[in-house]
Amino acid sequence: MELLDLVWLIPALPLAGFLLLVLGGRLLGEPGAGWLATAMMAGSFGATVAVFVGLLDRPEEERVFGQTLFEWMPIGGWDIDFGFYVDPLSVAMCLFITGVGTLIHLYSVGYMHGDVNFSKFFLYLNLFAFSMLMLVLGDNLLLTFLGWEGVGACSYFLISFWFTDPEKASAGKKAFVTNRIGDWGFMVAIFACLAALGSISYDEILSGAGSLSGTTATLIAACLFVGAIGKSAQFPLYVWLPDAMAGPTPVSALIHAATMVTSGVYLLTRVNPIIAEADTWIQPTIAWVGAGTALFAATIAVSQKDIKKVLAYSTVSQLGYMFLAVGVGAYVPAVFHMITHAFFKALLFLGSGSVIHGMHEEQDMTRMGGLRKYMPITAATFIVGWLAIAGVPPFSGFFSKDEILLYAWAENPALWVVGLVTALLTAFYMSRQVFLVFFGDERFTVDADHDAHTEVAAADEGDADTALDTEGAEAEALEHPDTAGAPQHDDVHVLHAAPHESPWTMTLPLVALAGLAIVGGAIQLPFTSDLHFLADWLHPVLGDNEAHIDVATGTKVGLAVVAVLAGLTGIAIAYAIYLRRMRDPIEPAILEEGWRYDRAITSFMGGPGRAGFEAASNFDRTVVDGAVNGVGALVRRSGGGLRGLQSGFVRNYALGIAGGAVLLLAYFLAQVTL
Amino acid sequence: MLLAAGVEPSWYLVLASALFAIGATGLLVRRNPLVMFMCVELMLNAVTLTFVTFSRMLDDIGGQAVVVFVLVVAAAEVVVGLGIIVAIMRRRPDATADDLALLKG
Amino acid sequence: METFVFFVAAAICLAGALGVVLSKNPVHSALSLVGTLFGVAVLFVAQNANFLAAVQVIIYAGAIVVLFLFVIMLLGVDRAENLSVDPLVGQRAAAIVAGVAIFALPVAALATTGWDATGAIANLGSVSDSAVPDVEGIGRVLFTRYIFALEITSILLAIAVVGAVMLAKKSPKAADMIVDLPARPTSTDADAASADATSEEGTA
Repeated sequence: MELLDLVWLIPALPLAGFLLLVLGGRLLGEPGAGWLATAMMAGSFGATVAVFVGLLDRPEEERVFGQTLFEWMPIGGWDIDFGFYVDPLSVAMCLFITGVGTLIHLYSVGYMHGDVNFSKFFLYLNLFAFSMLMLVLGDNLLLTFLGWEGVGACSYFLISFWFTDPEKASAGKKAFVTNRIGDWGFMVAIFACLAALGSISYDEILSGAGSLSGTTATLIAACLFVGAIGKSAQFPLYVWLPDAMAGPTPVSALIHAATMVTSGVYLLTRVNPIIAEADTWIQPTIAWVGAGTALFAATIAVSQKDIKKVLAYSTVSQLGYMFLAVGVGAYVPAVFHMITHAFFKALLFLGSGSVIHGMHEEQDMTRMGGLRKYMPITAATFIVGWLAIAGVPPFSGFFSKDEILLYAWAENPALWVVGLVTALLTAFYMSRQVFLVFFGDERFTVDADHDAHTEVAAADEGDADTALDTEGAEAEALEHPDTAGAPQHDDVHVLHAAPHESPWTMTLPLVALAGLAIVGGAIQLPFTSDLHFLADWLHPVLGDNEAHIDVATGTKVGLAVVAVLAGLTGIAIAYAIYLRRMRDPIEPAILEEGWRYDRAITSFMGGPGRAGFEAASNFDRTVVDGAVNGVGALVRRSGGGLRGLQSGFVRNYALGIAGGAVLLLAYFLAQVTL
Repeated sequence: MLLAAGVEPSWYLVLASALFAIGATGLLVRRNPLVMFMCVELMLNAVTLTFVTFSRMLDDIGGQAVVVFVLVVAAAEVVVGLGIIVAIMRRRPDATADDLALLKG
Repeated sequence: METFVFFVAAAICLAGALGVVLSKNPVHSALSLVGTLFGVAVLFVAQNANFLAAVQVIIYAGAIVVLFLFVIMLLGVDRAENLSVDPLVGQRAAAIVAGVAIFALPVAALATTGWDATGAIANLGSVSDSAVPDVEGIGRVLFTRYIFALEITSILLAIAVVGAVMLAKKSPKAADMIVDLPARPTSTDADAASADATSEEGTA
């Protein structure tokens, strides 16, 4: 049996985990459900590695493998199969989805400890993994759409996982509704494909793209781009992603940083032949939307106080880089950055989760500081992630970001400038975060009276004591209102227990991801063409649609140096402001509120939007309902008029029959004589 | 003169028309359901008479065969119809067709 | 000879038919119906339909009319009906107009064809051929060409019998289901009818 035949196992194992947890999740209980889900993901990762090896065995031009499980929708002249499309791109995606996914599952076992809905969380997580793998592996647009909607639904479930909090529930709704706008584009693209090519299987779309007319290709590409914008949180549909941080932190790491939000980039890479056929304005549009989003989100991230909000805007910004890369035809750097970003952004999110966990659910960075001595492993790994995203060599982020900037330079230096400014801002806000959280003074105090008590609690590692602690603190506050209330005005936060390092289930993934974030750049090294492993691997998928640039080696080195200098400058500024306190921080309110974009949407929807909806509802009530009710009234009135004929007397009816017979006779007689 | 001319087959048809018309008029005029039923029988007999006449005029036995079916249907109709009338009359011995007007719209 | 028979039989038929329609007492109607059926049977004989004539007398006059009389006697509804007035306004006039039209229009149609039958014949057998008696001819047709129709009539009869049994079953509930008449106000019509019935019975 060929190794490639194992491909069905990749999504089947998470699905099995999901079904098992649906049936017996409650029975398995606290650690069991988590371990089951993690084992399923690990198995899926193993299957992916097997398929990867199987694909490596084949010569380059045969590295596309289809496996059809069954006929899904035979409708008239065309049928849609339920099958998998295995090629270098989808396997690369699966590798990091299942790999990072396994680590995040493991992390969740520690993070979700003590949650009442422990098994439900892992059930959703496995369902998400299944949907994501279907998205990547599906052999036609509809199957990808199924995964696309599946991950959207799971994202909704998981953002509003703590649904008793109305704010979190509405954050989930926001993500769901915003994604619908993008899904509309995806659906239209599917219909257009079916109409133009008579098929939606990738096999036929990709080989038939050359026969498309430019206008049709443009329509399909534009609609798919709309879908990608929604899922990958690009301007103007990015608004859901920062709010999605309401979910548990592993969810933010897995769904809203590493995997789901990159599916828009995946989709555009997948349909690269169609984009190549489209009009020439499509690619610059993608590039400028990406570059604009990158800069825009980076400016917002500069003044966020919530540790996860910074990372959320950072994710939007990094996704903008990937769209910039797709827009300039640099698909390999896009995928490359997607992979390295998955490593270091998952690492950063998990690290922030560890901090939040250690700080007893505190998320405000202004109430942290100096945490590196309380949680050394978290601090060390977080610093690795920071250096990676800031583009410091030789960390992975340096290589991928540098390559994108290089292609941007070759296409349009203006794009390069935007990308460079973004890189500087990225380095700045990430340094700000690291300095605020792990360095400097402690801007919280641990209540001395509780120290002895919390030692016991920490030793027990039981969260059951938290409730007791809270009660104790409240009693304390009542007794000494001046001491309890005063420090908070000075931004000194009172903790009821000392910050603590997280259990091994949480730190092990951090260490593993930190290792990947350091060496991840090795899959595509710029030094010689022999080291372009990812580019060679993806060559069968991209072919000639990958941009070819002609830049002298000296220029390349110069660009890289400038980029590194920009990153270091950002770090230096942050050091000066937040650690040395040489200047007051510049954090304008308008940036903290995200350029008031959310508020603008709200006021638009509340004002003219609402008026429009009410007009539509009015139209429905008067014209549409009026037409329906009018027909009903007409029938009722004419029926009322005619009911007099129904006298109930048999002989009247008989007279009617006789009259009819006479009329018929007269008619026939007229036919004969006249 | 008429006798000398001999009988024309079409006379039978005229007679059948008359019988049918009388039956139809009776159905429309009478109120006793039993008498209305008899009028229906009159009309059926007029029809059988035309069938037999046509059978003779066209020299084809098929017309007579159809009369057998008419007889069978008439018998079935009488059985069911009288059953209904009995059911009604048992409850209201003096009911006429005009009293059964519950379906008035 | 046939002319004579025709006119006598036709007179009996018409008189019987008018008797059915005009008699106030349903018993008289039934007896008049026998006359009409008998006249039709004679006309059948006159047209070489001997078998049908026998069937007509046996089934119609013998069975069906007896059934009518039986029901009349069983229910005791042999009271005369007041025919002087029709409660439905205009019904009688309209009925007479319809009746005249139903008589006149076919006759007019017949006149346009030159008093002759038109149409194709089915070639099922001859009526005039004296070598083949009509019983044999009808039997041949019924059991060859019309065999399925004949079989289906047996089902029809069976259903009719079952239906009659169900209808006549003495179940008060079933009777309720069939008719639930509103109590009838004291009607002058009914009173007059019963008064007439007693006087008629005397004369009968």
